[in-house]
Formats: sequence, structure tokens, C-alpha cells
Amino acid sequence: MRDVTMRYGSRTVVDSLLLSVKPREKVAIIGPSGSGKTTILRLAMGLERPSEGWIRIDGNYLWHVERNGALLPAGEQQARRARRAVGMVFQQFNLFPHMTAMQNVTEPLVHVLRLSKKDAHDRAADLLTRVGLATHLDHRPAQLSGGQQQRVAIARSLALRPKVMLFDEVTSALDPELVGEVLNVIRDLAHTTSMAMMIVTHEITFASDIADRVIMFDHGHVVEEGTPDVVLRNPQSPRTKQFLKAILER
Amino acid sequence: MRYLAERTLGDYLPLLLQGIPITLELTLASTVVLVAAGFVFGLGRGSRNRLIRWPAGFVVEVLRGSSAIAQLFWAFYVLPYFGVELSPLAAGIAVLGLNGGAYFSEVVRAAFASVPKGQTEAAIALNLSAWFRLRRIILPQALPIMVPPFGNALIDMLKFTALLSLVTIQELAYRADAIRSVLEDAGPVYSLTLLIYFAMALALSALVQWLEVAVNRWAGRSTRTGRKAGPQERSTSGVPRWAFGR
Ligand SMILES: Nc1ncnc2c1ncn2[C@@H]1O[C@H](COP(=O)(O)OP(=O)(O)OP(=O)(O)O)[C@@H](O)[C@H]1O
Ligand SMILES: [Mg+2]
Repeated sequence: MRDVTMRYGSRTVVDSLLLSVKPREKVAIIGPSGSGKTTILRLAMGLERPSEGWIRIDGNYLWHVERNGALLPAGEQQARRARRAVGMVFQQFNLFPHMTAMQNVTEPLVHVLRLSKKDAHDRAADLLTRVGLATHLDHRPAQLSGGQQQRVAIARSLALRPKVMLFDEVTSALDPELVGEVLNVIRDLAHTTSMAMMIVTHEITFASDIADRVIMFDHGHVVEEGTPDVVLRNPQSPRTKQFLKAILER
Repeated sequence: MRYLAERTLGDYLPLLLQGIPITLELTLASTVVLVAAGFVFGLGRGSRNRLIRWPAGFVVEVLRGSSAIAQLFWAFYVLPYFGVELSPLAAGIAVLGLNGGAYFSEVVRAAFASVPKGQTEAAIALNLSAWFRLRRIILPQALPIMVPPFGNALIDMLKFTALLSLVTIQELAYRADAIRSVLEDAGPVYSLTLLIYFAMALALSALVQWLEVAVNRWAGRSTRTGRKAGPQERSTSGVPRWAFGR
């Protein structure tokens, strides 16, 4: 992402952001409510088109094409190409309610990756087992707890084998006792996969467990960034100190 | 051969009954127009593009804001002056269908709006194509909501076809009226006509119940989960709010 600015009306939510995530890198993004964390992920996923700047993922520009060394604006088709390398897990799960856990995972595999029904089924069963839902394959979202739904959503994104996974406060809509099971799944994933990850979270311990780099974000700007040891345990910026204090006292 | 004055309803029964298929055909044809117009107006009014949303809203307001009978007469008597000569049948079906569509557009718009934005966003994040998103994600959640109000619209349409007797279409109500004027006794013929409409309405509700099951099955809303609200919702369309045309 380079010089990415996002405005809604006259309000600038993300301001000239320069952010790059290396292959395999796990980046945690923290910051107060309304600071623009979700917006950054939505931009990276291609759900929003930035007001200015460009975004490149795994060699493809999201909203531009390169021609004779110049960047020209491009449309939805180009965005779809770039989105193949990205997966996103949402705060509200957003499972398809009329499909079983299994179908939620297999349908994109069949439709997007053109896997055969059998291959899709095998891959989905494997992933759902890995997130601990082997016995719930034929349940519909309404029959699953929030934690289980979120694990299906993680499996659904993983199945497409993106290069980067985005997690937007994936536990903040959950009852407290269900938070752990979801964080454990992501923690395992972070430690075993070669995927890059961008994780927006308020779970500080979790962030310091998995992140190679932590970014403190406020008012559309990066306030501070560095290793978890620095940003989370020994922050330099007063804004970060204040934010962490507020979170710990909650 | 009996004298006219001695004739009974029995003599005219075939004439009356021939109105049944005509009324049913008019109902179905107008309903097809209703559904098409409902989707066009409904999606138009839900569009983000003002150049689509405003005209759609305008047409819907005009259709809803003036009486169907006036529109019918207008299509029948005024349009020819503009060089548009519609057969009574075409004019009747168009007016009833567009009119119903104006009301149904609100159902269509609301049903699409009721599908959370997160569904589309999740589908985009999974890189599903626009066509797949519509067919497999959005419609299965929007269509089942439309079926009960559609049942109401269908039975309303049955009732409204009686208006077409005003423009010389010889459907059931037209025939009932004609027979009444010969028999000079309104009781039997109108009572029978009422029963026939009622029976047709019942048949249509049965059809809608079947449709509801079929749509829910297609949408993957199995009887296990999504159907809890089904029977209660259905009762609103099961009892025809029936009234005789005039
Ligand atoms: N579609 C939109 N239209 C207008 N304003 C928006 C829109 N989306 C977000 N905003 C504004 O942008 C700002 C940043 O929003 P964003 O959701 O990115 O914050 P956040 O850091 O994720 O906050 P939270 O911790 O509450 O999730 C907010 O003030 C929000 O009101
Ligand atoms: Mg957010």
C-alpha cells in the first residue's frame, strides 16, 4: 500500500498510509475505536476503493494496471484478479445462513477454484476438522455458537489458500468464554502457516504472541510501529502508552 | 324451447363457467407482468444511481397514486389518440400488471434490502462472481421473504380482473352481470359467482403454499431451521381478502 488515502465525504479516515507486509509476516494492528483499522483491512481486501494511492498484492495492483511504466486506473476485473491472493475474516462472521458449514466452505472452492465436488469436499472436511468442527459439518450457522461460526469462517477463507489473511477483530462479537477457542485457532495458524497475516485486535497478549510487528494506529495515521516487545511492552509514544493503559484497565 | 322469462340459471351455467378459464388466464398473465414490473421497479428504486432510482420512483408513485380504473379507461380510450392501439386484453393485462407491480416493487426492494451487506462483502472477499453472488447468496435469502406477500398479490389480482369487465372483456364478472340482466334475479347468479371466486382463491392459495415450500427448498432453507415462521406467515395469504370487483 502506498500513499493510500481514504475519505468519506470530507472526513479523512486513512491519511497517506504507507504500509507493506512481507511474505510470511504477521502484523497486528491496534488502535482506538474509529481510528480507521477496519478501513485499512477493507482497503486491502478491495472492498473499498481508495480515494488516492495504490495497493498492490502479490504482484497485482488492486485498482490499477501498469502500462508503459505508468499506473492506469482499472476496474472490477483487475480487482478480482488481485483479490485472489487475499482472504478476510469479519467481526460478524458473515457465514451464508442458508448453507451448511460444509457448503460454506465448498461452494467457493467449486465456483472460484473450480475444484471437483469431491476435492472441494475433502479439502473442506480437512480444514473444518483442523478448526475442531469435524462433528458439525452439516450444521447450519444458526445451529452453531458464535465461536464455531467464526471458526467456519476462518476455514472458509483458508480453503482458497490466500497469500495474505486479514482478521478484523474476529473475537469482539463473541461471548467471553468463546474468545479463547477462536484465538487458539488463529495462533496455531500463525505459527504453522507461511501465509502473511494482518490482524486487527484488542487482545494484547494474543497480539504479542503471534505478531512479528505491531502497528499502533490513530486518526488515520501510524503512531508507532515495531516489534511487540517494543510497542506493547515498552511503547515510546505517549498515545500508545495511554491506549494500552486504557485497554488493560477495561 | 322455453320462453326467456322461464329460463333458469341452469340454462346459462355453461356461459358462466366459461368465464373461469378466462379469469384465471387474465390473473396469471397479469401476475407475470406484476412480477416482472415488481423486480424492475423494486431494483430500480433500490439502485444507487439516481438516474435509475428517480424515474423508477416516479413511475411507481404515478401508478400507485391514481385509480386503477382510471388507468384502465385511459389505456383503453386515450392511448389510441396517441396512436397506441392496444387490444382490450393487452391494455387490461398491462394496467393490472403494472399496477400490482408498483405495489410489489416495495416488497422486492425490502426483501433485497433485508439481506445484510456483510453477505455481499463476504462473497466479494471470497472472490465469488457477481452472478454467483446474486444466484446463490442474495436470491436464496431474498426470495423466500417475497413469497407470502406474493400470495396476497396473486389473490388481489384474481379479484382485480373483475375490473376488466368494464372494458368489454368477458371474464367471470362480466358474464355474471350479463346473465343477471337476462334472469332479472340477482340472487342465484351472484351467489354462485361469489362461490366460484372463492374456490379459485382457495386454489391459488394452495398453489402459493406449494410455491413457498418449493422456494424454500431451492433456497436451502430446510424444514429443520428456516421454516419456523412459515405456517404463521402463510395464514396471512391463506385467507383471501376477497371482494367483488365493483
Ligand atoms: N462507509 C462509511 N461512510 C462514512 N464513514 C465511515 C464509513 N466507514 C467508516 N467510516 C468512518 O471512518 C472511521 C474509521 O472507521 P473504522 O471502522 O475503520 O474504525 P476502526 O478503527 O475499525 O474502529 P473500531 O475499533 O470501532 O472497529 C470512523 O469514524 C467511521 O465512522
Ligand atoms: Mg473496526
